[in-house]
Amino acid sequence: MLSVKNLHVTIDGKEILSGLDFDIKAGQVHAIMGPNGSGKSTLVQALAGREGYVVTDGSVRYLKHDLLKMTPEQRSREGLFLAFQYPVEIPGVSIAFFLRTALNAIRKQQGLPELDAIDFLGLVRARMRQLDMDESFLSRAVNEGFSGGEKKRNEILQMLILEPKLIILDEPDSGLDIDALRFVADSINKMRNPQRAIVLVTHYQRLLDYVVPDVVHVLSQGRIVKSGDAELARQLEKNGYGWIEAEVAARQVA
Amino acid sequence: MSAQVESWRNMNLHHVPYTLAGYDTPWVLDARISAFERFFQHGFPARRDEEWKYTDVTSIGRRTTLAPDIIPAEPSSDAKLLAWTLAGEGMHLMVFVNGHYDAMLSTVGNLPHGVRLESLAKLLDNGNRFPEKFFDQHYEHTVFSSLNNAFATGGAVVVVPANVVLEAPVYLLFIASGHGEAIYPRNIIIAGENSQATIIEHYMGTLDIHNFTNAITQLDLATGARVEHCKLMQEGPAATHIGGIHAEQAAASELTTHSFALGCHLGRNDITVKLQGRACHSTLNGLYMLNERQHMDHHTQIDHFAENCVSREYYRGVLDGASHGVFNGKVIVHAGAYGTDAHQANHNLLLSRLAEVDTKPQLEIFADDVKCTHGATVGQLGEDQLFYLRSRGIDADLARSVMIYGFANDIISRVGEASLRTHIEHMLLDRLPQGELVKGLL
Repeated sequence: MLSVKNLHVTIDGKEILSGLDFDIKAGQVHAIMGPNGSGKSTLVQALAGREGYVVTDGSVRYLKHDLLKMTPEQRSREGLFLAFQYPVEIPGVSIAFFLRTALNAIRKQQGLPELDAIDFLGLVRARMRQLDMDESFLSRAVNEGFSGGEKKRNEILQMLILEPKLIILDEPDSGLDIDALRFVADSINKMRNPQRAIVLVTHYQRLLDYVVPDVVHVLSQGRIVKSGDAELARQLEKNGYGWIEAEVAARQVA
Repeated sequence: MSAQVESWRNMNLHHVPYTLAGYDTPWVLDARISAFERFFQHGFPARRDEEWKYTDVTSIGRRTTLAPDIIPAEPSSDAKLLAWTLAGEGMHLMVFVNGHYDAMLSTVGNLPHGVRLESLAKLLDNGNRFPEKFFDQHYEHTVFSSLNNAFATGGAVVVVPANVVLEAPVYLLFIASGHGEAIYPRNIIIAGENSQATIIEHYMGTLDIHNFTNAITQLDLATGARVEHCKLMQEGPAATHIGGIHAEQAAASELTTHSFALGCHLGRNDITVKLQGRACHSTLNGLYMLNERQHMDHHTQIDHFAENCVSREYYRGVLDGASHGVFNGKVIVHAGAYGTDAHQANHNLLLSRLAEVDTKPQLEIFADDVKCTHGATVGQLGEDQLFYLRSRGIDADLARSVMIYGFANDIISRVGEASLRTHIEHMLLDRLPQGELVKGLL
């Protein structure tokens, strides 16, 4: 579904990703782990098309598309969804309005008729029940004054409604207590299906106790330096990132 | 000073009061003549005058004439269309064309017992003494108030007696049409004890008209009265509008006055509120949305004379093109006004590098035990917000419109009257790229 080859990305002229390779197929869940500063968020932002993240080399294929040629909105309409680590506040714009605008933009791309207010409300209510969310949420301004947990819930709600093909979650577990973490994990597990690919970007292993990935990648200094199964994540939890970096250094010397 | 700047002094304006409503009512003529003298003595303000530092009104003095139409204009088909379509169902509609009441276009409808909704011109012509005190010099806030006292052609007089709730809003529609050069509307709104009313003033003009409108509205709230007042400025791009809204509040009364400024080439509103009784609430909201070379200035002044009053000001501006916005918020807490709680906020969104805002809070506090806060910001659309919206499939133009809408909605959502709120939302969205799409989604 997504194929990243030799990706180089600079920010303000400084290279952050230096030849990153990574492939994910439909039906899989991959975790990308790495210490702070390894390039995790740069990868996420570059895949979503954020301005200022300059791709200097490499390619990214997404389905049949050259992802790097697409605007952020085109990527979204083709089914790529980024769950933000820090969802942004949009004052004065209600969740209901925001969701409906986003959903209709995506439906239009898919050649589906736009949903009217009634059908839309029916859909949203059903999804909110699934998430055990109160309906009053809909009239609140997007993320404004939300707690950390509410912001994550809002990202999950969008994910459920927009039904993306490729989901990238940027540190979905950051700042959550154990109940909220389990809720996020359950929601991700429910999204798993043979047509969908999920990328979890995380610093810690704890989320991976609940969402068991098919593949774990370790990112260091802008490259994937090691890949393995879920066991790799547990090793990282136990031994930290130091041993991997030492291994990489040893390889470079050799 | 060049002769050209002062060219209005060469117009034969002294005779104008003799040609207007109430010319054979002695108090009216006297009031007009003395007001004109005050205007003539002072002349138009110059930019060296601190209160007019950012707003240049010398173009008004160079106009062909400052005299209002004496004879009511025949309303154009555009004007008729506006009168028939703008007011909401059941509203008490009074229409004024170039400052003259047009009974044919108006639909006052059924009023609760004792409520008066009348044409000021008629009261002046009939020699009624009732409006006299409102023409007193004491109410003149700027020299434009003096000019309005001298040249007011008409307007609405609204009287809601004690304990009466006027359910449907009063809708005052002012249309600048045809050859209307100088237009002087004057409204007087009196809310009795514990009465309630909603008053909408809507100023419309056609695209080509270069009118100068000088509009004054006076509001008088008795003890416990509750009034929501809304002024919409939607005049043509060549128009000049200098307005004044002047309110006095008795104890425990509540006033909300909104100012929505979208039209005009040059606009200014002076809004003053005198809190004379204890425990009043006063809220001043405003939104100016400007483009091209539009200039809009809001000068507000809230005088806290009595104890335990609450005042709130929420003003926002959205400025594109080479437009210029001015906000000056003066709050004076007079000696003895303890327990005052005053808050003021002015936030501005600049959409263009050429747009400009001057914002100035002015707090003067002469009492103890008061709470006064203010905040002002000038910023641009946030890149993080734009990316967040785009990452949800919303294209960049629409995302910008959504963000501007969200910013402005902070003010629009404060309008209590639902149909009016929708109308203003649409006014705003009509000016934004893909606004139609946003409308459909609201």
